[in-house]
Amino acid sequence: MDKTINQKAWFLVLPVFLVVAFSAILPLMTVVNYSMQDTFGNNQFFWNGVGWFKELLDPSTDLGGRFLASLGRNLLFSVIILAIEVPLGIVVALSMPRDGWSVAACLVILALPLLIPWNVVGTIWQIFGRPDIGLLGYTLNSLGINYNYVSNEFDAWATVIVMDVWHWTSLVALLCYAGLKSIPDAYYQAAQIDGASRWAVFTAIQLPKMNRVLLIAVLLRFMDSFMIYTEPFVVTGGGPGNSTTFVSIELVKIALGQFDLGKAAALSLVYNLIILIVCWVFYTVMTNAGAERPVKQGAE
Amino acid sequence: MARIDLVDLAHSYGGNDAAPESFALKPVTMTWRQGGAYALLGPSGCGKTTLLNLISGIVTPSRGQILFDGADITPLSTQKRNIAQVFQFPVIYDTMTVGQNLAFPLKNRGVPKAEIDARVKQIADLLDLTPHLDRKATRLTADAKQKISLGRGLVRSDVAAILFDEPLTVIDPELKWQLRSKLKALHRDLDLTMIYVTHDQTEALTFADTVVVMHDGRVVQSGTPAELFDKPAHTFVGYFIGSPGMNIVPAEVRGREARISGHPIALNRSYDKLPPGAKIEVGVRPEFVDVAAPAPGLLSANIDRIDDLGRVRFARVRIGDAKFAARVPPGFSVSGETAGLVFNPSHVHVYADSRLVEGTA
Repeated sequence: MDKTINQKAWFLVLPVFLVVAFSAILPLMTVVNYSMQDTFGNNQFFWNGVGWFKELLDPSTDLGGRFLASLGRNLLFSVIILAIEVPLGIVVALSMPRDGWSVAACLVILALPLLIPWNVVGTIWQIFGRPDIGLLGYTLNSLGINYNYVSNEFDAWATVIVMDVWHWTSLVALLCYAGLKSIPDAYYQAAQIDGASRWAVFTAIQLPKMNRVLLIAVLLRFMDSFMIYTEPFVVTGGGPGNSTTFVSIELVKIALGQFDLGKAAALSLVYNLIILIVCWVFYTVMTNAGAERPVKQGAE
Repeated sequence: MARIDLVDLAHSYGGNDAAPESFALKPVTMTWRQGGAYALLGPSGCGKTTLLNLISGIVTPSRGQILFDGADITPLSTQKRNIAQVFQFPVIYDTMTVGQNLAFPLKNRGVPKAEIDARVKQIADLLDLTPHLDRKATRLTADAKQKISLGRGLVRSDVAAILFDEPLTVIDPELKWQLRSKLKALHRDLDLTMIYVTHDQTEALTFADTVVVMHDGRVVQSGTPAELFDKPAHTFVGYFIGSPGMNIVPAEVRGREARISGHPIALNRSYDKLPPGAKIEVGVRPEFVDVAAPAPGLLSANIDRIDDLGRVRFARVRIGDAKFAARVPPGFSVSGETAGLVFNPSHVHVYADSRLVEGTA
């Protein structure tokens, strides 16, 4: 088939290009511009080259130390919440009813936490956990457990993690449930006939069939927790000390607290790059997992 | 290996209190003998899959009992019954190789490894799967996958019966024929009871020694393919089996004579005690009615068209408003718009309320 050459098509792309340029490329370039400069306020800028980037990756400097420490905390946080939310979500999805009116009820209940805005979630848990008036904090302290997320690092972490689990396990559960629902009944019937145990049904049928939605769930939860800002900021403000200061909280402190635009710009570019790389890795894994890889010759 | 008896077995998806007419499977009592090749034939929604799932235990019957060799297994779960079932669409365990798929039913039952290996090898040989044993099962074609499903059914040596639920639906026509011959060969080699559900009469008639025809939740006839063809016990069987199906026309029957649209047709047997008030019909296969030139003694019909099937020609005709098919004898050329019909009396059957009436000699 011959291709018709029609350059007019470019005019159709142009509006999109303009909008993207205005909303994404130009702001990004501004950030790139800032990341190469230093400012002492008063709209005065000085050229700094790749200085900020060098500092960022050098733990001995103030900027690098703060960045790498928050990055470490952030990764730890992501790993912990994934390790809790993914298995928990699977368990919730498996224990949901398969049909009847109770399905709708379960779905609504599961969806509720997802509908609450981030800062409201933060506020709910901030109050919930207060030792003086919060139901959780007061109860724990009455039981003799010395719980105070404002002063104790472990308590602060526990609160932030439980809050995230409360907020987002539903998402994993809903995705897994969708994956489970797509398994035809014949699989379960065949497994019954093959005498499979409950565990064998899980490992041989349910888990492999959920594998794609699980990857999506892990990707979404990883990206989201890696970029987390509002909830811990509202609950702990990054404290006590810097113990719950994640990368985005650090970023906002530098950009808006200290008004160090150059440092903040460099940090956000590196942050952005990390997220892009992780996305790309996930995307590659996901497309490969779904594709039927060519079979090696010689098997016949 | 076992004889399977169904005793007054019935099932309703609406529960036991549902109206008897709404039952997906109306009460049936029958015996499946050990080593038989059975086909359950009927249109979609006639209850054949329900019957199959009742035997395998996927569905628990609302009423009645299922006996394997005389022992009541109705309350037993699928796992505890010795039944294998192959489904319409291939069921493959994605993460396993072909060999692991085949070994799965044995592994779940704690069979020793050496025995599993030997059995898997044997079944893979039977199904020509040996070259694929170490490959991931997901990478195979639909027919190879269905062979694996089949293999998982065959791999257990102790099964009472293997049930097939339209297993060749997703297979290409050419491979369908191959797989069906394979099944037939396996049936001979392994001496297993096989029950094969299908809505395709060719599949049923070529596979089975006994065909069980179902209609509207009832078993309407069970017999050899020849019996179903020669003497359908129900107008549905006559109509469903054969191509074209049996002609069924309303008639008045008295003694040895049937009247179709007032025209007398001779019968081979005498029908004196027809149930009063029943709907009386006469059924005759197109193969046993010949088209002839119109003549005073013959039932005359209007010719709609002639279907030439190569080996044989059928005339589609009309008697009054009733559609009718008849054989065009070799060498006979049809002229004009009307024709006379010559009936073969020994193949004209009488039905009262759709059921065959046996005449007296």
